[in-house]
Amino acid sequence: MTTRLSEYGFLFEELVKRDFKKKYKRTVLGMGWSMLMPLLMLLVMKVVFEQFFGRTIDHYTTYIFCGNLIFCWFADATNHGMQSLYANASIFTKVNVPKYLFLFAGSVQTLINFALSFVVFLFFCWYDNIGFSWRFLMLAYPMATMLLFNVGIGLVLSALFIFFRDIDYLWRVFIQLLMYGSAIFYTIDKFPPHLQRVFAFNPVYRHIEYFRSIVLNGTVPPVETHLVLAAFALSALFAGFFMYKHYNTKFLYYV
Amino acid sequence: MSDSKPMLECRSVSIRYRIGDFKNIGLKEWVMRRLTGNYKVVDFWADRDINFSIDRGDMLGIVGTNGAGKSTLLKAVSGIMEPTKGRIVRGGRVSALLELASGFDGDLTVKENAYLRGAMLGYTRKFMDETYPYIIDFAELKSFEDRPFKQLSSGMKSRLAFAIASLVKPELLILDEVLSVGDGAFKQKSEAKMREVLGGGATTILVSHSVGQIRALCNKVLWLDKGRQIAFSDDVEGVCDSYEEFLRDRGSGPVYDPVAAKARIDARRAAAERRAEEARRMADDAARMRKVREVLRRHAAASAAK
Repeated sequence: MTTRLSEYGFLFEELVKRDFKKKYKRTVLGMGWSMLMPLLMLLVMKVVFEQFFGRTIDHYTTYIFCGNLIFCWFADATNHGMQSLYANASIFTKVNVPKYLFLFAGSVQTLINFALSFVVFLFFCWYDNIGFSWRFLMLAYPMATMLLFNVGIGLVLSALFIFFRDIDYLWRVFIQLLMYGSAIFYTIDKFPPHLQRVFAFNPVYRHIEYFRSIVLNGTVPPVETHLVLAAFALSALFAGFFMYKHYNTKFLYYV
Repeated sequence: MSDSKPMLECRSVSIRYRIGDFKNIGLKEWVMRRLTGNYKVVDFWADRDINFSIDRGDMLGIVGTNGAGKSTLLKAVSGIMEPTKGRIVRGGRVSALLELASGFDGDLTVKENAYLRGAMLGYTRKFMDETYPYIIDFAELKSFEDRPFKQLSSGMKSRLAFAIASLVKPELLILDEVLSVGDGAFKQKSEAKMREVLGGGATTILVSHSVGQIRALCNKVLWLDKGRQIAFSDDVEGVCDSYEEFLRDRGSGPVYDPVAAKARIDARRAAAERRAEEARRMADDAARMRKVREVLRRHAAASAAK
């Protein structure tokens, strides 16, 4: 696959370029929009929930921002990833190109959106008097696993979307549920232990937890957490590539 | 890869489409129909038992009426689809773009589209940097380079598609109804280009409704009808003759091709003009010769009188 990837490097670049041009065509703020979204959500959450949870959680704004940052990335990446294959149907029904390239190219864009939000996040940390340390470098790990996880889920969704367009609506509901179920604006301490264990199975929450551990507590999570994050990423990728391999020549019957 | 191996070989290739309930019904309907046993899928064989092989440098023409299975066969040849039965053996890299004029992105400029298309065909950026000036020149779209693609006329779009497909040098080039585009002048140019590509040893598959084109360009011909192979032969003239006869029998007659007709008329007119020009020049020459002889005679007479 690596030889194929290098062979299609040029196509990948051209697809990335195309996605950028199309996305920011005739928008005044251009990429600013992508940064604005998490910030607005952050503002709303802060205003609404600060009265309820803000008193018991230190650095509440940063606390929400950790959650928001990861959650918005996941939502953005999977929503765009889902459309990526279908949107390029006119290409893959006429040329034999590796189909996962469309999703990869789209992921670059959401990754850049995330990176921009992350820069804003760092400014917020500084403003909120969070102590920076070398441990911040460890944030690269959950970012890497989250990226792979997003790609994997995106692959699965984009394949499913070809077969059932309803996935779009179902996924939107699911994303909504996930937002409330990922402890973005509350802590899970007050839940009974068996419910807390359920949160451990939420990949998005695990990534948020990692971020908070570094940013708010200044501690690197145990090795076990690293393994869990890697397992999430690899199983999502495996599922995605399995679907693409299995349905590679069948997609075109459905578009 | 040796030259003795065929460039492309189809061994009893059959391709099945499934039509029916599985498409566009949504999740709820799908579950409901599965539960009530109302889920119907119909098999549709687009191609049945197709056998042919072409060698390096061959130009295969595929003829057949609409729905004969030509495009489906090409999809299988280019690897977009897999044959349901049979095998396709490729002796080289296939650069296929079906329905060339579609698949461009209307929002991108002509140049961006050209690069994207080149990338899809599997070429490197370096190669496209080198080839792009020739492509834009051949397509005669230099002044449209930075315009959004959707502003182009359909003829221009096809010209660009053809220019990219033929100027990048594929081992196996598949042309699906592309030579019938553009105005008469461009059509002649593209046919000339096609002969050049053939001369360069490229293997080409041409699908065309213009039997004249097949006759003029191809050295092998495959005739499909409703998914079945009627003929595969290197006797292009013979197969084309019977195909045209078949079309006439069906009552539709050979497809009237206004562009071809115009080209024929233009050619006839040009020939007539050439003949007239020739005659005029010969008459002029004769007149000049007479004058020269006259002068010579006068000189001779004058010198004799002295």
